[in-house]
Amino acid sequence: MLKDGYVVECRGLSKMYKGFPALNKVDVQLERGKIIGLVGPNGSGKTTLIKLLNGLLVPTEGEILINGIAPGPETKARVSYLPDNNYLSNWMRVEQMIEFYGDFYPDFDAKKAYAMLESLGLNPKQKFKTMSKGMKEKVQLVLVMSREADLYCLDEPIAGVDPAARDYILRTIISNYAEGATVLISTHLIADVEKVLDEVVFIRNGEIIRHTSVEELREKYDRSVDALFREEFKC
Amino acid sequence: MPWDISSEKSVYLQLIDVIKQKIMSGEYQPGQRLPSVRELAADAAVNPNTMQRALTELEREGLLYTQRTSGRFVSEDAGMIEGLKRSGAEQKAREFYLEMVQNGLSADEIRRLLEKAIAEETKQ
Repeated sequence: MLKDGYVVECRGLSKMYKGFPALNKVDVQLERGKIIGLVGPNGSGKTTLIKLLNGLLVPTEGEILINGIAPGPETKARVSYLPDNNYLSNWMRVEQMIEFYGDFYPDFDAKKAYAMLESLGLNPKQKFKTMSKGMKEKVQLVLVMSREADLYCLDEPIAGVDPAARDYILRTIISNYAEGATVLISTHLIADVEKVLDEVVFIRNGEIIRHTSVEELREKYDRSVDALFREEFKC
Repeated sequence: MPWDISSEKSVYLQLIDVIKQKIMSGEYQPGQRLPSVRELAADAAVNPNTMQRALTELEREGLLYTQRTSGRFVSEDAGMIEGLKRSGAEQKAREFYLEMVQNGLSADEIRRLLEKAIAEETKQ
């Protein structure tokens, strides 16, 4: 694992879908040890960027590097990814998923997973298909946060849960990400996450329009990042 | 006391205030070991690096100290904690006075109001 430099570097990164740019010449660098919000309206390119980071999409142009290398098996072993949709098999019990994850990822800590399940009030014996949407999201988050990764990419981790459970989820993230790792949280609900962020990246129409420290924003404008976001993105 | 951190203002400054209040109120006792940065950050639902910064500032002020192997503790200096209480109370009193003056009350009226409030509160 590289200790210095950036965990993520994008240079001139573009992704076209049938001639339409989902990301347009993006330059962004993410430091180690930071919790970073990737914030923008629907369709702004958040999920595209996260999929590129995880090697699920290939850039049309430009470069994307994780720990200094292009996405591939080596980077996937260091990146823990929470997709924005359900990707687990319905027939499995939670404990089987834990075993499955343990087989897949050498950095997965099953003991940690069981402890998180308990603190979130989830039963490891329960079958995934009998769970509510909110419970399923929590299980997926537990699996993702039980890895000892360099980068956690969480695509809309709080969108599907009720406001009371959002705090639980944020606490689970804060308490469990690996020392020195970076956490990238994509969301359109900034109000709920902004207090846990170091930095925020505002994205619109596939372009990054602002990348800054949230405390600096608050001190400079004396307003919440949510209020600034509403202003920046008002139509 | 709850953390109750607002996202409208500097989280760093709010954390410093809340931790000071926890020390003044005795929720954190002199010499008590504090939870880890992660635990405190999770409790307050704030960024761990911001919590770390707040703790470092309180260490600089002498209200907390770190022992390299065993963690972070509240100062045992009773005089310092007493001083913190006093300066905090004096400031609150001054703010209250100025606010009342702004509301158009005279010094005598403010004094009378305060005595009345004290009398009522201590009766209960």
